[in-house]
Amino acid sequence: MSDLPAGITRERGLYLLRQMLRIRQFEGRCAEAYGAGHIRGFLHLYDGEEAVAVGVMQVLEAGDAILSTYREHGHAIARGIAMGPLMAEMYGKRTGCSGGRGGSMHIFDAGTRFYGGNAIVGGGLPLAVGFALASKMQGRQDVAACFFGEGAAAEGEFHESMNLAALWKLPVLFLCENNLYAMGTALARSESQTDIHAKAAAYGVRSVVVDGMDVFAVESATREAAAHARAGQGPSLLELRTYRFRAHSMFDAQLYRDKAEIEDWQTRGPIITLTTRLKAAGLMTEDDFQRLLHETDAEVQAAVEFAEHSEWEPVEDLTRHVYAEVARP
Amino acid sequence: MTAATSMRITYREAVKQAIREALASDPRVFLMGEDVGKYGGCFAVSKGLLAEFGEERIRDAPLSESAFVGAGIGAALGGMKPIVEVMTVNFSLLAIDQIVNNAATLCHMSGGQFPVPVVIRMATGAGRQLAAQHSHSLECWYAHVPGLRVVAPATIDDARGMLRPALASPDPVIIFEPISLYNMEGELTEAASSASLAGARVHRPGRDVSMVTYGASLWRCVTAAEELAASGIEAEIIDLRSLRPLDDTTILESVRRTRRAVIVDEGWRTGGLSAEIAMRIVEQGFYDLDAPIARVCTEEVPIPYPKHLEDAALPSPARIVTAVRRMISDAQ
Repeated sequence: MSDLPAGITRERGLYLLRQMLRIRQFEGRCAEAYGAGHIRGFLHLYDGEEAVAVGVMQVLEAGDAILSTYREHGHAIARGIAMGPLMAEMYGKRTGCSGGRGGSMHIFDAGTRFYGGNAIVGGGLPLAVGFALASKMQGRQDVAACFFGEGAAAEGEFHESMNLAALWKLPVLFLCENNLYAMGTALARSESQTDIHAKAAAYGVRSVVVDGMDVFAVESATREAAAHARAGQGPSLLELRTYRFRAHSMFDAQLYRDKAEIEDWQTRGPIITLTTRLKAAGLMTEDDFQRLLHETDAEVQAAVEFAEHSEWEPVEDLTRHVYAEVARP
Repeated sequence: MTAATSMRITYREAVKQAIREALASDPRVFLMGEDVGKYGGCFAVSKGLLAEFGEERIRDAPLSESAFVGAGIGAALGGMKPIVEVMTVNFSLLAIDQIVNNAATLCHMSGGQFPVPVVIRMATGAGRQLAAQHSHSLECWYAHVPGLRVVAPATIDDARGMLRPALASPDPVIIFEPISLYNMEGELTEAASSASLAGARVHRPGRDVSMVTYGASLWRCVTAAEELAASGIEAEIIDLRSLRPLDDTTILESVRRTRRAVIVDEGWRTGGLSAEIAMRIVEQGFYDLDAPIARVCTEEVPIPYPKHLEDAALPSPARIVTAVRRMISDAQ
């Protein structure tokens, strides 16, 4: 187990661990609520990948735009969307952060510039290019941070977007969460070139491989990419190598991978390794850890109660929001 | 708008004037698409705009329809007012995911937080011997989708006037420009300055039959109506202008007066706009009809290359006249 980076304080270490635990605990309750029938549709959990969301979000500023995927609860929590409206969205309640219209796969929040929650693989990449174009044309420093899985690299939109962002030197952070499986298809079964970063590099996109299980490594790589983008130097792609501990969705029997492989990756999990490192460095005790677990569990419990006590949107409102209800600025 | 009354210009020039006015009046507006800059536009619509407004705002895009249409959606969400030009509807099929899955859904899925104020222009239609892959009329595919607004300017005034309300709309607007009309000349009138985004218009009043149409077929109906007038049949022509939403009120008012309807659509008949319009007339005006509704659509073939076969496939004034005469003689 590697040492902590220099200068990491107890406060900083506990903060990052807390953020990852918030995600893990939130999703644990989501899985329970799914089993109980409170959450329906597709539910894609993020267990194992928390270091990516938390590491990236340490760097992003309030004005930056975030484009995410259907596996986005972690991104949303780390970005600062309140857990109550997030859980209410899972339940489909009107108090949800998307008004209940989106559900698990479609988290939106204007206040944190969180633009979904896109359930078409690769669908968010062109949007990120557009946000970055707007930012550049308006002379702003904002970047567009776009999460996607390695499966998206097989989509034409990945390649079109790499080219366009590099061609126009746009401030995009392409954040590829490479968890090795596109649903049930292993990378090597679908790609002739399995190094995603090499594909981006071919378009002239600054491209880096990052240990996606190490929150410090993710934060550091994101910081460099964001500085590059804000300096007008163009896009970066971070290939964040990570692993999903749970099934693709709640319908997945996981016939495509060995239990031993999952267990091996679990020993490298972002929460367990940070816990071990903080304890080894004398920055955290077991009591500290138990307190974090207790506090994050209480936060999730409050979110569940908020969701359960929230009202449904009346059916009379069914056709609202198909078109805008406010005039254009 | 500063257009002089009754200036004679082409449809192409009308569209260009509209784009130029938008660019000049709002720094958030920019034009993006294939060959819009250096080349001057595939149909010469944007010729000269690069020199006038520069590379940032007249933005040549690579042949990546999905990426640059998606980028237009993203830029609109980011506070710009993009006019995205997809060269033709045929190529828009490479961007239909972005249009249907993103532009049309984000406002709704976000509970109204994120309307998508993007304008997407594309040329449409046949008539230039461009064969099957360059001659589609797929307006109905987009008109099918809640969340989109779809318009089809057929006149000089609408070509000049509809971009402004499109850019003012908080919703995604798709503008279909018929390829065969770019060279058409006509009068630009004061009406262009107050053009609305929605609502059909009575292009020609008449008492005997309602021709319901849009786009390039408007002018096929005009020719047919003139021929019918020579034998005493007065056709009323409804120019739909907006394909989503459809203006049921104007259609039904006309049909109630004439008691006959023929729908002329360059799209295919099966599952098309003509079917939708006919059904709305049936639902709301069945007892006002004196004759079954007729449809003149493109024959159900991919558009062929030879001129005589292409002409035979498309709605023609002759086919419209025949349909109307049959409708009227059957009733007598």
